[in-house]
Amino acid sequence: MSHNHKEDIYTLTENRLIAKNTYRTVFEGYTGHITKPGQFVNIKVEGQFLRRPISVCDYNENNMVLIYKIIGQGTKAMSEAMPGTRFDILTGLGNGYTIRGNKPLLIGGGVGVPPIYCLAKALASDNIKASVIIGFNSVEEVFYYDEFKALGCNVIVTTADGSMGLKGFVTDAIDRFEYDYFYTCGPEPMLKAVYNKTVTEGQLSFEERMGCGFGACMGCSCETKYGSKRICLVGPVLEKNEVIW
Amino acid sequence: MADTTVKLCGLLLDNPIIPASGTFGFGDEFKNYYDINILGSFVFKGTTKEPRFGNPTPRIAETPSGMLNSVGLQNPGIDAVIERELPRLARTYKKKIIANISGFSVDEFVYCCEKIDKCDIVGAIEVNISCPNVHNGGMAFGVSAANAANVTKAVKAVTTKPVFIKLSPNVTDIVEIAKACEAEGADGISLINTLVGMRINPRTRKPILANTFGGLSGPAVFPIALRMVYQVAHAVNLPVMGMGGVSTAEDVIEMMMAGATAVQIGAANLVNPYVCKEIIEGLSAVMESYKIKALEELKI
Repeated sequence: MSHNHKEDIYTLTENRLIAKNTYRTVFEGYTGHITKPGQFVNIKVEGQFLRRPISVCDYNENNMVLIYKIIGQGTKAMSEAMPGTRFDILTGLGNGYTIRGNKPLLIGGGVGVPPIYCLAKALASDNIKASVIIGFNSVEEVFYYDEFKALGCNVIVTTADGSMGLKGFVTDAIDRFEYDYFYTCGPEPMLKAVYNKTVTEGQLSFEERMGCGFGACMGCSCETKYGSKRICLVGPVLEKNEVIW
Repeated sequence: MADTTVKLCGLLLDNPIIPASGTFGFGDEFKNYYDINILGSFVFKGTTKEPRFGNPTPRIAETPSGMLNSVGLQNPGIDAVIERELPRLARTYKKKIIANISGFSVDEFVYCCEKIDKCDIVGAIEVNISCPNVHNGGMAFGVSAANAANVTKAVKAVTTKPVFIKLSPNVTDIVEIAKACEAEGADGISLINTLVGMRINPRTRKPILANTFGGLSGPAVFPIALRMVYQVAHAVNLPVMGMGGVSTAEDVIEMMMAGATAVQIGAANLVNPYVCKEIIEGLSAVMESYKIKALEELKI
């Protein structure tokens, strides 16, 4: 297992509302510690004691893109930060997705969509065409549909209220695709539904409240078929065949 | 350069900076950030007789200037620690460590201390009678002077290593408990463990922590820790390891002025993995700024 995470200072260059309560933030700085889609960063936010863990949505040599929803004081403070604000961020945290399969199905729900985009981009650069299901509550929460299209993905949007795409949950769209492997990220009830509905092996990315984000505090442990694992260190991505609900 | 060395129960430490139990694991995670041999020592993750998964998640919550945790003594058990963790640690860490032993009965404390007594890398034992996150044990030993005395007496009988008793701040009179430990032969006192607290999520109307309550740590508790270290250090004739919200070299000096011989760094490690390195590197300059030549006799 690689432990490339390091602390660095990043400059916020863009902070934009892209959907209901959902922000897209670009940070400029060294991204060399990010090695796989599905990894996350841990951000020190002014006025908050604990860092805030957020999955990487996109990155290049000098920039990384994070998409997050305002759910508390930390994410609210981030959303209000002006371009030029400097942030202390630990990057390259967690073990991301390991690419397998030739006909992958990617399933993201809400703010579980960003790491799925990062993965879709990595797959596209390997010339693997991904099928994608992204699910939201309603149309005003939807983001990145066009971005997935631009990668050449076959995309279905689901909304719980039917205001865009297929009415229902991401699991209602799974049978519309032929796939030999799946990857997913989203709230735990969605992950469980995807786990039950899918017919192949796959990888699931979990969310948990974290203390440190680098394996020291044991705050985010979960039990698996192969013993207890720390979501922040060994996860956030776990293999379907090791998950215990 | 000011002299940062301290003597702690016969152990000569390069500096008084010691990462606190439960915030430093067995050192593995921090080796990626810096050479942990710069530390005075460190206290490993609270270890029990049997392996423990700990409490259900969420186990962590934000608080003003601090955090709550309800990890609940997750650890691989004393046998795995001795067979797996300590040999691995010994390959990179060349100093003595402090073993943190937790338990649910006097027999369990005795069992673990007897085993850890045979480990060369262990320079001292910290007996945790103050974990607020486990039921039927843990803190129950630390909130009664009689129970604290019983544990102290029992573990002292099975080890020749210095024994520090780690006390809970969730008590009416911490001095009485410290004195009871001293009377039964404790070699030192560690304090404070976390303060019991809770948070509620107004959206879900439920406690944030799955365990409802958790232990508060971080800068929020520093003044309380300082007060209790001062009280205990002035009431017993034993070295004290002071901890609770210490985050800077200035905090370390303050803690030593309150009477601590060495200072543990806890929650600060979790938000800044480099904090102990930064404190150690800055300590000498901070001492000089206050015209402190050595760390002994700082107690006011």
